[in-house]
Amino acid sequence: MTAWRLIALAAFLGLGSEVHAEDMVIQIENFTFNPAELTIKPGTKVTWTNADDIPHSVVEDGTKFRSKPLDTGETFSMAFTDVGEIGYFRGLHPHMKGKIIVKP
Amino acid sequence: MADDHHDEGGISRRHALECMLWAGTGVLWAVTGGVPRSIGLLDSAVAAPVTGLTFLQISDSHVGFDKPANPHAIDTLKEAIDRIKAMPQKPSFMLHTGDITHLSKPAEFDNAAQLIGSAGPHVHYVPGEHDIVDEGTGKAYLERYGQNTKGGGWYSFDQGGVHFIGLVNVANLKAGGLGSLAHDQLEWLEDDVKGLSGSTPIVVFAHIPLWSVYPNWGWGTDDAAVALGYLKRFGSVTVLNGHIHQLMQKVEGNVTFHTARSTAFPQPAPGTAPSPGPMLVPAEKLRSVLGITSVRYTQGKEALAITDTALADR
Repeated sequence: MTAWRLIALAAFLGLGSEVHAEDMVIQIENFTFNPAELTIKPGTKVTWTNADDIPHSVVEDGTKFRSKPLDTGETFSMAFTDVGEIGYFRGLHPHMKGKIIVKP
Repeated sequence: MADDHHDEGGISRRHALECMLWAGTGVLWAVTGGVPRSIGLLDSAVAAPVTGLTFLQISDSHVGFDKPANPHAIDTLKEAIDRIKAMPQKPSFMLHTGDITHLSKPAEFDNAAQLIGSAGPHVHYVPGEHDIVDEGTGKAYLERYGQNTKGGGWYSFDQGGVHFIGLVNVANLKAGGLGSLAHDQLEWLEDDVKGLSGSTPIVVFAHIPLWSVYPNWGWGTDDAAVALGYLKRFGSVTVLNGHIHQLMQKVEGNVTFHTARSTAFPQPAPGTAPSPGPMLVPAEKLRSVLGITSVRYTQGKEALAITDTALADR
């Protein structure tokens, strides 16, 4: 619930912003990405926030991008411009996965 | 709703904690021909004359960790080291089964090396996933501990008639996977044990358990079965791991698997919480779920005795 509220808040704040109309937030909590699957429009900036008491990192399946280890409360942002599906996982704890779908 | 769920989890965790407390009072396991038997409590083990090779396992120090589950992880590590210093007979050497640091920072590596080194005995390290999150994904660890190792830091050595194998199962992890040894290391392992007699006792140490403790939480190693296949012909194989921050033991044929406690913070028993991670316990209970492991091998007896000691044990 919390993550969805954050996303809603980010989306709401985004409406007032000229640059990032639909910035999105993915919360990392209890060793899961919330939401685990996110559909966005091209150009959207996605920010991962680690709410766990253990560091996590965000790594694209083919290691095209990799965040530094995020300690509690730290964030990692990435803008997605190309249409497609991007799978990612947590570099430190790879059993949990997430997906971003970029479509117009 | 959500609160009810947490309450249930809390009871399970408390129950699990009680079990761990019981396990933590110092049962001594003697393993003969692959069958473990409990032969006494810690006090009698300490009182018994120590002969043969004794070594000590320390794990998951997480130097740099300062979250509520243990705001002073460096202090509990120091307590563990003080216990080693106070041992009447020093272990021949120590094994550190990874997560030396919390975030692979140079200062964390420095503090860990200084403190752990102050115990006295030589320390053989393998990395945990927290030790290779520097920008060079493991460069900092290898610069410090990679001398005389292969690949990501694996190696073997012989001491007291036992063949010790340090494996790295935290590197190049794949999406959705568990711990992984990967092709190059497995090839090396096959070659490493080729010339050994089947009666040579083998001790394998690595960070993530080499048995499927709880795959839902990533507590296992994808290709461990291949490695264990190369060790099948040996009469005595002991596998020492960390990562899960709690005691667990399993025997499969001639192989005894054992996980050690952390010196930093406990984690929930498998499936008793929504996720793994640092588990908050009452401050007065913390030292009963942190600790070190002592292992003894007496030549000719084919027996490896594993003794776990919690920081709270006296």
